[in-house]
Amino acid sequence: MFYREAGDFKTSYRDDGQTFPIRFDRYRYYAVLVFGFVVLPFLLNDYWTNAVFVPFLIYAIAAIGLNILVGYCGQLSLGTGGFMAVGAYACYKLTTAFPDVNIVFHILGAGIVTALVGMLFGLPSLRIKGFYLAVATLAAQFFLVWLFNRVPWFYNYSASGQISMPERTVLGIPVTGASVAPWAGYLVCLVFAVALAWMARNLTRGSVGRRWMAIRDMDIAAEIIGVNPLKAKLTAFAVSSFYVGIAGALFFSVYLGAVEVGEAFGIQKSFAVLFMIIIGGLGSIFGSFAGAAFMVVLPVMIKLVLVDTLGWPTDLGAHIQLMVVGALIIVFLIAEPHGMAQLWRLTKEKLRLWPFPH
Amino acid sequence: MKKTLTTLTLAAGLLAGVPAMADLVMPSLSYRTGPYAANGIPFADAYADYFTLLNERDGGIGGEKIKLVECETGYNTEKGVECYESTKGTGALLYQPLSTGITYQLIPKVTADGIPMLTSGLGRTSAADGKVFKWVFNFPANYWDGASIMVKYLLSENNDSLKGKKIALLYHNSAYGKEPIRTLQDLSKKYGFKLSLIPIDAPGQEQKSQWLQVRRERPDYVLFWGWGVMNPVAIQEAANIRFPMDHFIGIWWSGSENDVKPAGAGANGYKALTFSGVGDGFPIYGDLKKYVYDAGKAAGAGDQHGTILYNRGLYAAMLTAEAAKKAQELSGHARITPAEMRDGMEALNVTEDLMAKDGMPKFGPAFQVTCANHGGSGQAQVMQWDAKAAKWNVITDWIQSDSSVIQPLIDADAAAFAKENNITPRDCK
Repeated sequence: MFYREAGDFKTSYRDDGQTFPIRFDRYRYYAVLVFGFVVLPFLLNDYWTNAVFVPFLIYAIAAIGLNILVGYCGQLSLGTGGFMAVGAYACYKLTTAFPDVNIVFHILGAGIVTALVGMLFGLPSLRIKGFYLAVATLAAQFFLVWLFNRVPWFYNYSASGQISMPERTVLGIPVTGASVAPWAGYLVCLVFAVALAWMARNLTRGSVGRRWMAIRDMDIAAEIIGVNPLKAKLTAFAVSSFYVGIAGALFFSVYLGAVEVGEAFGIQKSFAVLFMIIIGGLGSIFGSFAGAAFMVVLPVMIKLVLVDTLGWPTDLGAHIQLMVVGALIIVFLIAEPHGMAQLWRLTKEKLRLWPFPH
Repeated sequence: MKKTLTTLTLAAGLLAGVPAMADLVMPSLSYRTGPYAANGIPFADAYADYFTLLNERDGGIGGEKIKLVECETGYNTEKGVECYESTKGTGALLYQPLSTGITYQLIPKVTADGIPMLTSGLGRTSAADGKVFKWVFNFPANYWDGASIMVKYLLSENNDSLKGKKIALLYHNSAYGKEPIRTLQDLSKKYGFKLSLIPIDAPGQEQKSQWLQVRRERPDYVLFWGWGVMNPVAIQEAANIRFPMDHFIGIWWSGSENDVKPAGAGANGYKALTFSGVGDGFPIYGDLKKYVYDAGKAAGAGDQHGTILYNRGLYAAMLTAEAAKKAQELSGHARITPAEMRDGMEALNVTEDLMAKDGMPKFGPAFQVTCANHGGSGQAQVMQWDAKAAKWNVITDWIQSDSSVIQPLIDADAAAFAKENNITPRDCK
């Protein structure tokens, strides 16, 4: 009834190509943005920020990054944890070397450093494909973690090998360190997440994204119609790593504040982000958000219901949570291999016809 | 979908959210799942059982019941943050995370929120400097004490000379395992032994290459900083290459029944440090049996009583309870705040009499906490595993660490932390 194109006349190509062609969708999108930027900062307390929203936004950025590589360009990668570590350590080295420069620039700088490292490890993708590439990126994962553990320069020779984030401010308001107001850390992550998602959406529907998708669908055909695989694959690795690097920098600086590379950026992080995009939907920006929300919120929700509300033993809650998350992953893979994004797409199709289906 | 999930969580949060401000709230960031569960369970059980005992026998502390809020971290730092944020609003008096990684994360947070944290024998060593780390305590001993005590013990075994000896440090490749390196390097300079470092990446189920290195280098002694599944594997590997077990010494986290039993007779003679009592021969076990176990109120499966890590949990809970009593005494009222709890911890004086009164005579070292010294006395004992009798035997008296080596290191590290975080050290007179 409300959810349809009828009556919403497009008079230019620009209007015709917009992300949300349906008026209702557009307003819903604005409403979510307003809610996120204006309403939520007033409602959040420490718990909701640090346990739910900040990790959700950071994982969403990482998931978008990985989705660009895996979902749009078809290059399977298991190096996400390692690239997040590059972002975190780059951010740490930059901010301790230049404490007076605004942290936002350091986070962007960390993204650029990670993009360069990602391109380096993306080079083998020109020769190897599929599972073999996954193994090559797995090597990157282990190599990078080993490197940050092995070379004391990366952690400024601290006794424990941990890196800890000193307090940094944006416009005079602390956004990292201990005395961060809940809304400040949240807003920094939100700005990055929205800006990066907006950029990713526009990249993927432009010529760059089309080249990626051509490579994904059939690389030989793409080459024949004039897509340069070297450029397409390396740009995908660069952009993807840039996103993942920013996620890693935020993960370290805003979210955790102190990081140990093996524990925080191990192989399980690579898998977690990969699960997010598989559950959320490969090749979909919305899917990245949905997958991140699923993987961050579900465990917290299960814990809140079983342990805090029903008073079950904590270990039982933790075990059930593992089982439920695992079972849901399998259910999704069988019942809806295209992920939550596909469910959302189907819902929209149904909504368009509602309440008078054929 | 995102929105639905968010609303669902918000609804669930509202159900759970209302904090109970009554009672003395003691959060327990435990880990009963994950790769370190075997070590986390006994500690968590004991921590809960001791407070149950106080509630049942004495009606709490100073007439106030103790409410234990348990939260599962899985030894994972992200879940640790979630646990901290979800429990701090409940009036939490003291955090004991039992994880060095989580400790590092919580140090700035507890400092900002004004809640004390106790990391007995773990965490950041320089937290012993109370002038810089106002809210963090790590009595009765820390990793650098442990390293020094091991070297001192080896000195006593070798007629006070380690010149030309080769000592290998086998360690968990993380913040926890790297802690003793700096101290051991200084000690190697002082005593002229050769130190070699052999890291094991967590979780450490596979240590063939490390033990090959041990075989190649033929160290006289191997010091061990392991945790979790890494411990039994290392002891098994040492037995496999026939490394003399009495030359293999673990830190207090690498010496529990879980670690030595899998290697069977091969583990006989393995040594480890401890700063808490060994065995179940203490009077407190009578009370625990009467008020907790037989009343069916024991935490967990109840199969851990008397083990090393269970005793360490009891010890941690005892120190907590004594600090709370001290805080009540100082503040003059029973319902203390976290800030008063901190004052109580700083005024804590653990004497032989006090431990005996709690049914735990000679359970730990006697020590006194002061404003400047949050690290206690820095004493530990050496114990040795008797595989035939399947029990640990304490083989030395309390050994005092070498503070002339450790104190300058603590001062330097604390000063670096203070500078990094713009903290002006307190004046402790």
